[in-house]
Amino acid sequence: MTNDQLHGASSGDAATSAPLVDVRDLSVRFVSRDMDVSVVNGVSFELREGEVLCLLGESGSGKSVTMRSLMRLLPHTAQLGGSVSIGGLDILGMPARQLSTIRGSLVSMIFQEPMTALDPVFTIGQQIVETVRCHEGCSRSDARRRALELLELVQIPSAARRLDAYPHELSGGLRQRAMIALALSCRPRVLLADEPTTALDATVQIQVLLLLRELQRELGMATIFVTHDLGVACEVADHVAVMYAGRFIETGAVGDVLNRPHHPYTVGLMRSTVHGGQRGTTLEPIPGAPPDLRSLSTGCAFAPRCGEARPPCLTAMPELVEAAPGQTARCIKYGAATTYAAAGTFQAAV
Amino acid sequence: MQTENTKTNDKTALRVMTRDVDTRDRGGPRQPMLIIRGLKKHFQVSGKSLGQPKIVVKAVDGVDLEVGKGETLGIVGESGCGKSTTARLLMHLIEPDSGEILLDGETVGSMRGVDVRELRRSVQMVFQDSYASLNPRLTIEDTVAFGPRIGGLSRTEAKSRARSMLRMVGLAPELFAQRYPHELSGGQRQRVNIARALAVGPRVLILDEAVSALDKSVEAQVLNLLQELKKTLGLTYVFISHDLNVVQYISDRVVVMYLGQVVEAGPVERIYETPRHPYTAALLSSRPSMDPTKRITAPPLTGDPPNPINPPSGCRFRTRCPLAEDICARVAPALTAVDDPAHLAACHARVSGSGHSHASAAA
Repeated sequence: MTNDQLHGASSGDAATSAPLVDVRDLSVRFVSRDMDVSVVNGVSFELREGEVLCLLGESGSGKSVTMRSLMRLLPHTAQLGGSVSIGGLDILGMPARQLSTIRGSLVSMIFQEPMTALDPVFTIGQQIVETVRCHEGCSRSDARRRALELLELVQIPSAARRLDAYPHELSGGLRQRAMIALALSCRPRVLLADEPTTALDATVQIQVLLLLRELQRELGMATIFVTHDLGVACEVADHVAVMYAGRFIETGAVGDVLNRPHHPYTVGLMRSTVHGGQRGTTLEPIPGAPPDLRSLSTGCAFAPRCGEARPPCLTAMPELVEAAPGQTARCIKYGAATTYAAAGTFQAAV
Repeated sequence: MQTENTKTNDKTALRVMTRDVDTRDRGGPRQPMLIIRGLKKHFQVSGKSLGQPKIVVKAVDGVDLEVGKGETLGIVGESGCGKSTTARLLMHLIEPDSGEILLDGETVGSMRGVDVRELRRSVQMVFQDSYASLNPRLTIEDTVAFGPRIGGLSRTEAKSRARSMLRMVGLAPELFAQRYPHELSGGQRQRVNIARALAVGPRVLILDEAVSALDKSVEAQVLNLLQELKKTLGLTYVFISHDLNVVQYISDRVVVMYLGQVVEAGPVERIYETPRHPYTAALLSSRPSMDPTKRITAPPLTGDPPNPINPPSGCRFRTRCPLAEDICARVAPALTAVDDPAHLAACHARVSGSGHSHASAAA
């Protein structure tokens, strides 16, 4: 490679081509005296500046834990494996003391329940001022000016008055906006949002979703959304990754995955989600319940609930392979090996 | 609300006549199962001791409802609109300040009508939190057998009733009867709650956000179960939820509540296809699009629902309403039939002669 190409790559293309977030084979195990649970079992993805990735999954699928490991916001019992690199920094290898320098400024997070995430004994203004001063070392009055700007940015009406309000004095929607303001206070490059609208009412949920979408576009942040709601994913995501038992089982552009799901679990999830025009029909739920993460089998984790499972599904965990252009699925049906096609169904085999 | 039930009652009438006659039926098939008139419940949150200002939350403020026999009535609304308080009032879990409840034509709690004990035998409830609503120290068999035992069955009869109920909700008694609530998944626990509610042989089931805490794949299982049970047992449901899609799926008729009052009521297709109250319209268009190419670009409503401690004068929705005019601040609109006798809405803009500028056009 010539010098020119090197320069071209580092100045022009680097911002767009080098991933801002690079997660390789992430695994998280919670280990204690009477517990050993593998919650995340090998998750890999890349995220560039300005992209929105949505982690979709049911409770216990490992989506929140995956997201929290990007900030190492996990209890001491968690054992992390693999690698997480954000903006070129090795997050998993970082000494614990150094983490506070990246939390807030490089990576920031919005939580589901603002009432428990905000400190009830300080006003919204005090909480933002403290964060800004701590990270940017500016004067109190500058920080307060910045706090006011932020409240206006998240469209809180009569922002100057709301600076001196305590969290309990705000309605649910305003509290969530205040938390977004706090999360954005140090200009993060990566924003993590953990079910940010689940606790809100329908008419407020859509307002906060649209606000987040607008802010993300304006500020060009890379954003990871965790949600169990297909509709929310549809409104905000560029890409989605569907999780099951601690693994990505399908990834792709949001329109492709929701319109043409390939993995049987995604198909089942779409079918069992109630939407308009199903009155009088019987729903098609996925039978059974999600697996117990304490005792995962060696084969495909979804096989026990899968209508298309055949004997080879039980022997090894399938790889994430391309199921359609730009879309991957962790299902042996789409693999190169012909074992699935060759194998009979269970009835035939038994 | 008297007229709107004729249509649904006709359907119910047909169905009931083809089935065996229910001996518990007192008022006949056309008599609504539940009638609620002018139900009010105000909670005093402050001012109980001297010198404190008196603050009252008007949780339910004059609600009228009717639930036909064999019907599923969906109640939707945002948090604080009084839908759960209405459910608890229906069960007499809290005493109403005023208003009356009629069960199959008979007043609840009056001298000549049915007493609260009888009400609770006929009306049962399933709550949102499946774990908190089960006794952690009872096996699920004992939990389900508790009601029938209190109702006068012997220990063995109650146990066999419990086992058949568990089988009915899809939990094999030989596997599940001796388990404790913590050994079950969320979906299984909610099935136990349904079995417990059905064990005393109720005619009405109140489902207060009964599927809201469940994952989508499990939610669909429980919804199917509810539909099946309704058919086999001839039940009447009051289905309370904030999930508009689920309410549309399961309900025959829908009531929309806002700050303690009913703002719109009618058959499910009419409410979802031609909502006549601006709040209902906004609520429906707040649903995410489910199609990334047709994303919502502007929020249908701004702001949060106002505090029920100090609701706006006149129409309670006027502070967020795109159609609000002077008249809306002065006069509270009454529920009136619009377009169709079964479709009611409380909005000045839909009533001719109300003084609202849209009114003549809409009438």
